[in-house]
Amino acid sequence: MESFFIRYRNPLVLVAVLLAQVIGLATQMHRVNYPSSADGHNVRVARAWANFTIAPVEKLLAKLGGGVRSAWGGYVDLRHVRQHSKDLQYQINQLRLQQAGMLEDARQGQRLEQMLAFKQQYVGKTVAAQVIGTGGGDRSHILVLNKGSNDGLQPDMAVITPDGIVGKLRDVFPGSSQLLLISDSSSGAGVILANVRSRGILRGSVKGQVQIGTLLPDERIRPGEPVVTSGGDRVYPRGLSVGTVQSVQLDPEHQPYTAITVKPSANLDRLEEVLVVTDVAQQLTLPPATGSAPADGDKRASEIVAERLPGLRDPKPAATSTDTNAADQAAKEKELITNPHKTLPTPRPTPVLHPDRYSPGTVPNAADLQPGQRDAPNGSPKP
Amino acid sequence: MAKRRFTTRREMEEHNFSPAVALSVPLLALFTTAYLPKLFPVTAIVDLPLIVVIYFSISRRSAVAGTFTGAALGLLQDTLSNQYIGVNGIAKSIVGYAAASIGLKVDVDNTITRAMLNFGFSLLQSAVLFAVQRVLLGSSLYRVSWVHELLRAGVNTAVAIPIFLLLDLARTDD
Repeated sequence: MESFFIRYRNPLVLVAVLLAQVIGLATQMHRVNYPSSADGHNVRVARAWANFTIAPVEKLLAKLGGGVRSAWGGYVDLRHVRQHSKDLQYQINQLRLQQAGMLEDARQGQRLEQMLAFKQQYVGKTVAAQVIGTGGGDRSHILVLNKGSNDGLQPDMAVITPDGIVGKLRDVFPGSSQLLLISDSSSGAGVILANVRSRGILRGSVKGQVQIGTLLPDERIRPGEPVVTSGGDRVYPRGLSVGTVQSVQLDPEHQPYTAITVKPSANLDRLEEVLVVTDVAQQLTLPPATGSAPADGDKRASEIVAERLPGLRDPKPAATSTDTNAADQAAKEKELITNPHKTLPTPRPTPVLHPDRYSPGTVPNAADLQPGQRDAPNGSPKP
Repeated sequence: MAKRRFTTRREMEEHNFSPAVALSVPLLALFTTAYLPKLFPVTAIVDLPLIVVIYFSISRRSAVAGTFTGAALGLLQDTLSNQYIGVNGIAKSIVGYAAASIGLKVDVDNTITRAMLNFGFSLLQSAVLFAVQRVLLGSSLYRVSWVHELLRAGVNTAVAIPIFLLLDLARTDD
C-alpha cells in the first residue's frame, strides 16, 4: 500500500489539488449570475488580498503618473490655452441655452409622469474615482478603482463618465473596488433606442463588444442611432448616454433576434477617472432663476389638466392675479382635505351674451306652468 | 579537484531559486498582469502568471512543486478577476504538472524547446479553461475563438523567451 502512494505520488497530488479546487468551485456555484454580482463574505475575504497588496502599489503608481501628467499639463503644455478658454466659454453659453430648453421639457415630462404616478431616477450625487488597475487578462473586463466603502461606495452602484455609462461596482473593499465594465459578458443594462423608442438589454460579448440582443429586426434601427439608459434595471439612472448603434445583424444563434452592436460613448479602453453614482434624485432641481414657479412640481394632476383644458378657468383673474388665485385654490383644497364634510357654496352660472331657450333662467319653473299654456310667462323667444 | 555534488543527471538539471525570487517573481507577474493593461490595453492578451508557472515547473523538475505553483498562481489570478475562484487554479495546476513531467524528458535550456513548450502549454491552458467553463460550470455562453487562442499562444511564446533568459540569471545552482 505504501509503495502505491510512493509510486503514484505525483498524480495523486495533482488529483487531490484538482479535487480541492473543484469542491471550491462547487461551493461558489449556488449564486445566480455570479460574475456580475458582489461576492459572498468568504469569497470576498479571499479576493481582499489584492486590496491590501496590489492596490496600494497601483495607487502609488497612479499618483506618480498623475503627478507627472499634472506637471506636464500645468507648466509645459500651455500653448493656445487662452483661445481654448474662449472657445469653451462660448460652448458653455450655448449649452446653457440648450439646458434651459431641455429643463423645461424635463419638467413637463415630470409632470406627466407624476400624473401616471411613475417615478424616475436621475443622477443625484457622485463620487469621483480613479482607475488604478485591471482584473488581469482579457477574459474578464474588470477595472480597479481607488475608492471603496470608506468613501461611501457600495456594490451595484452605477459608474459613469461625462461621455456615458461605464459599468457598475461589483466587489467593494475598504480602500478599493471592482468596476464591472458594460463590455463584460456577465454585465447587463436596460437601454432604449433614442429615436425608435425600442427597449432592450445591453450585454457584453465574449469578444468584449457591447451588444443588444433582445430586439426583433426593425428597418428603423440603423447605424448611428443613439442609445440611452432606460432606468428599468434599477442600477443606471435614466437618460444617460450609452453609445450609438454601430451595426445591425441577424443573430445566427438566436433567431429571429438581431445582434445590435453598440459603440460605447465612453472609451472603455482608456478610462482614467470615473464618477460613481452614490445617490439618485427623484426630482430635477429647479434653477434659482425660475424659482417663482416652484408650485409646478407640487401641483395636482387635476390642476395641470385644468390649465390645459379651455373654458374651465376664468381667464381674467388668472391673467391679473395668478398667485392670489393659486393661493386661494390651495387654501380651499387644504380646507377640503381637512374638512371634507363641509358644504360647498352652490356654483352660479355666468351671464350669457346671447340667450336662447336653453339658457339658464329662460325656462319657467314647473310650479308656474299651467295646463294648456304654450308660451313662457316671461316672454322668452319662440323657437 | 572539483567536488561533484550531483549523483544523477536529473539532479544536475534541477535548478533552485532563492526564496526571495520564488516569492517576488510570481507576485510581480500578477501585479504586472493587473497593471499593464491599464496603460496598454493590448497587453491583456499576455498571461505572465502562465509563463512563470511554466518556467518554475520545468526548472524545478518536480511535478508536485509544479502542481502547487500552478495552483497558487492560478488561484491568486482568479481573485483579481470576477471569475469563479479556481478556474485558473485548475488550469494552471494541470499546466504546472505537465510542464514538470515533460521537463524531465527534454532539454529545457534549448530556446526552441522552450518556445514549443510555451506555445503548447498556452493552448493546453485554453483547452482546460474551455472544458472547465463548459463542463464543470455549465456556462453555455463561454465561447472560444481558436484563432485568438493561437494568437495568444504566439504572443505568450514571444514574451516568454526573453523572460526565461532573465530568470535563468536568478538561479542559485552551485
